[in-house]
Amino acid sequence: MKDLSGWGRYPRLSGPLDAALSADAAARATAQLPGLIARGLGRSYGDAAVGRDSTLDLTGLNRMQSFDPETGILAAEAGVSLADIIATFLPRGYFPCAVPGTRFVTVGGMIASDVHGKNQHVDGTFGDHVAWLMLALPDERVTRCSRDENPELFAATVGGMGLTGTILSAGIRLKRVETGWIRQITHPARNLTEAVALLRQSGTATYTVAWIDVLARGDALGRSLVLEGEHATAEQVRWGDLRFPPARNGRLGIPTDMPGWMLNATTARLFNEVYYRLGARKADRAILVPWDAYFFPLDGVAHWNRIYGRRGFVQHQCVIPEPKAEAVISEILDRISGRGAGSFLAVLKRLAAGSGLMSFPMEGLTLALDMPVSADLMPLLREIDALVVEAGGRIYLAKDATQSPETFLAGYPQLDRFRQLRDEIGVSSRIASKLSDRLGI
Amino acid sequence: MNDIVEQSPAKTVLVVGGTSDIGRAVAAAYAGMGWTIRLAARDADAAERNAADIRTRSGEDHVTVHHLDILETETFAPFLDQLGDLPDTVVCVVGLLGDQERAQEDPDHAAQVIRTNFEGPALLLEALAQRFAERGHGLIVGVSSVAGDRGRASNYVYGAGKAGLTAYLSGLRNRLSDTDVRVVTVKPGFVRTSMTAGMDLIGPLTAAPEAVASRIASLQTGSADVVYVLRAWRLIMFIIRAIPEAVFKKLKL
Repeated sequence: MKDLSGWGRYPRLSGPLDAALSADAAARATAQLPGLIARGLGRSYGDAAVGRDSTLDLTGLNRMQSFDPETGILAAEAGVSLADIIATFLPRGYFPCAVPGTRFVTVGGMIASDVHGKNQHVDGTFGDHVAWLMLALPDERVTRCSRDENPELFAATVGGMGLTGTILSAGIRLKRVETGWIRQITHPARNLTEAVALLRQSGTATYTVAWIDVLARGDALGRSLVLEGEHATAEQVRWGDLRFPPARNGRLGIPTDMPGWMLNATTARLFNEVYYRLGARKADRAILVPWDAYFFPLDGVAHWNRIYGRRGFVQHQCVIPEPKAEAVISEILDRISGRGAGSFLAVLKRLAAGSGLMSFPMEGLTLALDMPVSADLMPLLREIDALVVEAGGRIYLAKDATQSPETFLAGYPQLDRFRQLRDEIGVSSRIASKLSDRLGI
Repeated sequence: MNDIVEQSPAKTVLVVGGTSDIGRAVAAAYAGMGWTIRLAARDADAAERNAADIRTRSGEDHVTVHHLDILETETFAPFLDQLGDLPDTVVCVVGLLGDQERAQEDPDHAAQVIRTNFEGPALLLEALAQRFAERGHGLIVGVSSVAGDRGRASNYVYGAGKAGLTAYLSGLRNRLSDTDVRVVTVKPGFVRTSMTAGMDLIGPLTAAPEAVASRIASLQTGSADVVYVLRAWRLIMFIIRAIPEAVFKKLKL
């Protein structure tokens, strides 16, 4: 039995873990092991990467297969990590078209969660840049899926949380970049209305995101730092700096669980205050930030999830469709700040519609919150979920550990088609995770 | 006249055991130094998977794959002949841990373990040594094991095979000491690989395959003869070898 808890370490889960070291072995395991789900680096927050009965570790599928410099398409096995891809291809002038907030994720995991980055409103999700994928099914078939071959299975697999079969490999598109630097401009927003206006204005910037102070109240409710970023050109890099800086080896780390009392309303408020003020000092002028600090700030702190103590934490990410997005998010923030529920950084972002059958993004605003697990948390999350459902929004499955089947069903209207498809390809009783069990997928 | 400005052709390394984790890492390390790689393995398809990985990462076509079964000793000479150019360096990482208890009961399994760890590598490296000596230079790196430093109840069939290889390499080194053919014995200690997956390894005494590989690649310069990848192992094995047999035979290590 292995500890298979997600990154949030809530709920605590363990189970047997089998490893596949080749695509053939992974396909065989998919045919043989019951109640199976594939697992990469275990960075989904809740119970998505834990099988109902068996879990298949695919980090051994870590070979790159080919790269075409003309199209930018990298063929890679499902267990190749984003960190590996960037370390290998950034020095050659290529960068993935979409990256999530950590680089310690795998190709298979990024497809299964159809992850998005700060450029989703412009460039789409990770799945939008997948040219093809190879999928192993429980009947020992391995099928190639793309927008032309088995298009429906492709659309169901992108964002399908691994529930359509085991992703063995994929062709993913990388884009050309001149440097490994991001030119970032910080715009302070004194409240939510200003923040949302800035996010809407910056429609032309490649990367936009707002760090939001969820504990600010009253007139300052939703005060934020709106960050815009663009890949810096070679001329913009300062003389003496490496054009493609390597990843910093994080010397910081959280050696052990921090005591639960360290994160409370007061310390969180203090942290947010300091963060906002430091950011506001850099207001409105462009600074150059290395790629890793810009895209993956928390990767520099090993085991940062221990900050939330032994009981773990929940990351709650919802999307609220327009036109009510701002009003509903204002209401959510009001409930959270009213409770003084400790949350370090929260993130607000604009999204465009996603393309997978079960993809998270929809046209609207997404709010992501980290909250330590406590007795008060679950009632608060139920309140927030009710607001999300009422507004026609949904919860991101890669982060989810707590939503009810009803909330899920309301948010994902394509669920019936997804279930039907799972029946048609014969995976319904074979491929299952703790998440699919909990939500009745 | 243009000899000085013309780039010398890339050097070539033959990696025997190209599907193992250490073999893959060794190939990648030499590729990083701009060498041409010849990957030899029993399962050529699996070796091709590693070759494609290395080519994709570097963007260069400098890896070839060759079928070689370390137990088919009669194929060694034709194998080396069909390689074309004799490699500058050979790194042999072939090994089979096997199952000690099974080896005690099943002589075929024991023979397979001993032949894979000793007979095959020794005879292949002997054949290469002859060719290197005729040419006048070359580097032979044999990956042996600390398990060969003293036989223990828990893995003496494997250990004996590695002890044989260690002795063979020592003799080869002695014989070739006045030539430009260098022979190095590498003892990695614990390594985090698929061979040791699920075993309870002691963190500070366990190396990553990449660390073993970069140590091996670093042997291109210097004059080391016997290398423990993690230095602590040299001391540990010195102590283990120094324990009198009357005491050692009672220990459970």
